[in-house]
Amino acid sequence: MTEQNFESAKSAPTGADDDDNAATAKAAKQVIVPDISGILDQIDAVLEKNSEEFISGFVQKGGQ
Amino acid sequence: MALPRRIFGIETEYGITCSMENHRRLTPDELARYLFSDIVDKYRSNNVFLPNGGRLYLDVGSHPEYATAECDLLTDVLAQEKAGDEIVSQMARTAEAKLASEGITGRVFVFKNNTDSSGNSYGCHENYLINRKLDYLQHLDGLLPFLVTRQLFCGAGKLLKTSSGVVYVMSQRADHMWDAVSSATTRSRPMINTRDEPHANSDKYRRLHVISGDSNMSETAMLLKVATMDLVLAVMEAGAIPANLRVDNPMKAIRDVARDLSGCAQVQLQDGRTLSAVETQRIYYELVCSNIERFGWELTELHHQALKLWGQIISAFENGNLSDFDSVLDWRIKLQLLKAFQDEQGLALDSAKLAQVELMYHELSADRGIYNLLLSQDRINRVVSNTEIESATKLPPQTTRAKLRGEFLSAAKKTKTSIATDWMHLKVNLPVERSVSLPDPFSATDDRVQDLISQM
Repeated sequence: MTEQNFESAKSAPTGADDDDNAATAKAAKQVIVPDISGILDQIDAVLEKNSEEFISGFVQKGGQ
Repeated sequence: MALPRRIFGIETEYGITCSMENHRRLTPDELARYLFSDIVDKYRSNNVFLPNGGRLYLDVGSHPEYATAECDLLTDVLAQEKAGDEIVSQMARTAEAKLASEGITGRVFVFKNNTDSSGNSYGCHENYLINRKLDYLQHLDGLLPFLVTRQLFCGAGKLLKTSSGVVYVMSQRADHMWDAVSSATTRSRPMINTRDEPHANSDKYRRLHVISGDSNMSETAMLLKVATMDLVLAVMEAGAIPANLRVDNPMKAIRDVARDLSGCAQVQLQDGRTLSAVETQRIYYELVCSNIERFGWELTELHHQALKLWGQIISAFENGNLSDFDSVLDWRIKLQLLKAFQDEQGLALDSAKLAQVELMYHELSADRGIYNLLLSQDRINRVVSNTEIESATKLPPQTTRAKLRGEFLSAAKKTKTSIATDWMHLKVNLPVERSVSLPDPFSATDDRVQDLISQM
């Protein structure tokens, strides 16, 4: 699988030159390590071993 | 002048399941009974108001549902929503302990998402109090272009099964919307529900009930969802949404927008124009900015923060680079997460493993939920603190009617007084039945309530 599967084709960006662009979002700045790959093992360790069974068994009628 | 005050409230329906070591998997119905066992022991009911002013109940389809107390501050609505997550997560821990006491070992999961694996959907309903004077139905169509495109920043992301395979889309709820504006909820599931239940003086207020939004894990997405809607509604109430901003086919538009992660999906308007999703957001953003200037609305700090962020996100879409929001918005965080797993483990988009990773992003436990794991390692930005959330599990918002309800409920608990409540009424059952009606949700003081409490 490649990135193409996730990112749909991008059209050329148009319009608005924004001064605010220079300033990164305040929220984003606070993040210390934006890289997720560092904790994949940790996530893997807490996942249910049988994904197929776990996923297919999660069925619940709709809400309101 | 200050931006007009508004009451907000968020209702969240949670998905539940379990994984057992020494027992068959429980049905959602059975599991819900374990989740609510403490509540039922304590209140003799599975439909209760809590001392923080919120309401907790078991909804259709065995979904635990939590409705926040009425809030008029963004900081309160965020804290109260997160407090609900915390309360329901604790109920899962209680259920695990109760099961263990019966010799059943296993894990109980609560998902703050909007779909199960077979495509059933449950919601996140936003409530906004609006002015009754307004010719309401005539103005609602002017909200739809905004509503079908706001998933650019408040979508929670989803691996969606389509006829041509699994694709990643921005929104969980987009494909479950079958109507634009209607009074039904389950049958036709509209984006805006018009059921007229203001839970307040109905001569003065109406409730706008928006049911097209995704449940959010990201506090920033939650903030943006409520703050931008509040601002757009202020523009609507000022009669300043242009009459030509009308979507031709809202159901098609919300699906198209979900499928184009670049924000370039084309939205067809009734007047023949087409706008991209991001152009549509740009129009509403500029409309909000110009009306803030026109009316001199003073904003709270969180409104300011949300407005600035909204503009930055729109610019990021326009420039085709959203990396600044990879640890900020749900659909971006989840996209990075899924990509990382895909790259490292060579998983197909339709693999069960990736589906589990996607689902577990929304799980509420501190040690298994992936969003919470990322949060605990400072990998996701915050808007509210753990202290504020913890406080909101017990304390109601202090600037609305919820304060009165919270004080009333706390006093009743302390004195073991038999009482009944709904959003608008407080009633003491014994020794003599007395009740107080509270039609003004903005009022946090009332002598009659103090009187009721003093007689407990």
